[in-house]
Amino acid sequence: MKGRFISACGVSVFLAGCSGLQSSQSVVNPEGLQAARIDHLFWLMFWVCTIAFVITIAALSRAVLRKRETPVENFRPVDRAEATKTRVVAVAIAITVLSLFGLLVSSILTGKAIASLHPQNPLTIEVVGHQWWWEIRYPNSDASKTVITANEIHVPVGTPVVMNSTSRDVIHSFWAPNIHGKRDLIPGYQTALWFQADKEGTYRGQCAEFCGHQHAHMAFFLVAETPEKFNAWLQQQRTSAKDPQDAAAQKGQQFFLSHTCVMCHTVRGTIAGSNVGPDLTHLASRQTIAAGTLPNNPGNLGGWIINSQSIKPGNRMPPNQMNSDDLQSLLTYLETLK
Amino acid sequence: MKIHLILSTVLLLVLVACTRETRDFQQPAALSEPASGVHMSELHPGGAPVPKPITNPFESNAYGVSEGKRLYESYNCVGCHAHGGGGIGPPLIDLKWIYGAEPANVYATIVEGRPNGMPSFRGKIPENQVWEIVAYVRSLSGQLSKDVSGGREDHMYGKKAESSTPKENPKISRPLGNPVPEHKQ
Repeated sequence: MKGRFISACGVSVFLAGCSGLQSSQSVVNPEGLQAARIDHLFWLMFWVCTIAFVITIAALSRAVLRKRETPVENFRPVDRAEATKTRVVAVAIAITVLSLFGLLVSSILTGKAIASLHPQNPLTIEVVGHQWWWEIRYPNSDASKTVITANEIHVPVGTPVVMNSTSRDVIHSFWAPNIHGKRDLIPGYQTALWFQADKEGTYRGQCAEFCGHQHAHMAFFLVAETPEKFNAWLQQQRTSAKDPQDAAAQKGQQFFLSHTCVMCHTVRGTIAGSNVGPDLTHLASRQTIAAGTLPNNPGNLGGWIINSQSIKPGNRMPPNQMNSDDLQSLLTYLETLK
Repeated sequence: MKIHLILSTVLLLVLVACTRETRDFQQPAALSEPASGVHMSELHPGGAPVPKPITNPFESNAYGVSEGKRLYESYNCVGCHAHGGGGIGPPLIDLKWIYGAEPANVYATIVEGRPNGMPSFRGKIPENQVWEIVAYVRSLSGQLSKDVSGGREDHMYGKKAESSTPKENPKISRPLGNPVPEHKQ
């Protein structure tokens, strides 16, 4: 328990140091049903392996430190000591086989238990993997109420969530270790996963299948919040972008719609409707940009727009040339997309 | 033995010099403008020297061509030209070019648009991306060397791949005496 606490603290301190967002990404700090099962299995394996390690090292040390036997003339091919050794080795092999078999059985049981939990009245979300970001959808039979966002998954606490996932380009893998194990996203094929967050909080997750140049910068945040907060968030995300009121933002919108931005991004409520890059309708409501790479603030956003290739080389957004006035008004406009 | 060593060293140097796989992510951010010096005709009156054609930096770069292919879909070229077979727009896998087959001609067609439906992408696509698309479009009709252009996709072949078609009269070996199991449909 103490070990668990220390490792969890270590992970959270480490994470707090590297990202502005307060979040947790830890396999030993489960906040979901399945993650708890996986956690049990992890600790079982950890302790069994630790005991095996200690015994092995003890036996090895004894062998190294033991004094030499009597000289060769007293050597007898089979004696009592030899028979004892044979017995010890046999017992050791038996213990090894049994404990490995035990681990196999417990991991099968864990897998079975996770697979046989069934969600009741789940919330359905869709996750599409892209190089190198996550598209998140909250489908609705009324298409105008479908919410599309990126890199930030909001879920209500204590409600099962069914995630249907696929990929647009290469194989990615969805992994939020506090909540569940990994699930591969495979192009042209739909995979599913269900999970449930039991405690409020922000959990970091990331791609767990090497997917190209910026695999390491493909993170997402799973925000578990109370059902009331979640519903408010969902309602807010359903709205289209409002037309900006002040002159600078209007100029920024004009720039957005008449330049390269419009070729890849969507802002619902405007003519921008391409789904190559992330949906920007509520960009300002997200906490990070570029799939968890940078905190979302005007400085980072400006740097990203001008030359994202210097921040995340190889990503799909090209560098953009514009004068500082245009950039300022564009940023003012993007700030209004709450 | 010595000859082998020398030969492999030379081969290695040749490979190092190869730009086929170069991935230059720091491309200039210029917006696409009409390329100056594009000539729509090969005829030049008078005695002036014939100008050199503009070369495309991505024609010998496999990554550039594959990026062009991705952008070709992203920017919805497929909407009219399909995957080269044409539809609303003219096909691109044949060698008939209404407005010229040279890289500069294709560039001008994309950036400036053409009458009867080809939109102008001026200022909407960065210049280097237009060149990547140009390289891909030209690879469709086999104008790029084979080591750079990607293979044609399976669905583009008239005939399905052999592995994906069932044999005409499949011979299934069954143990004697067993009845043939009925197919459940």
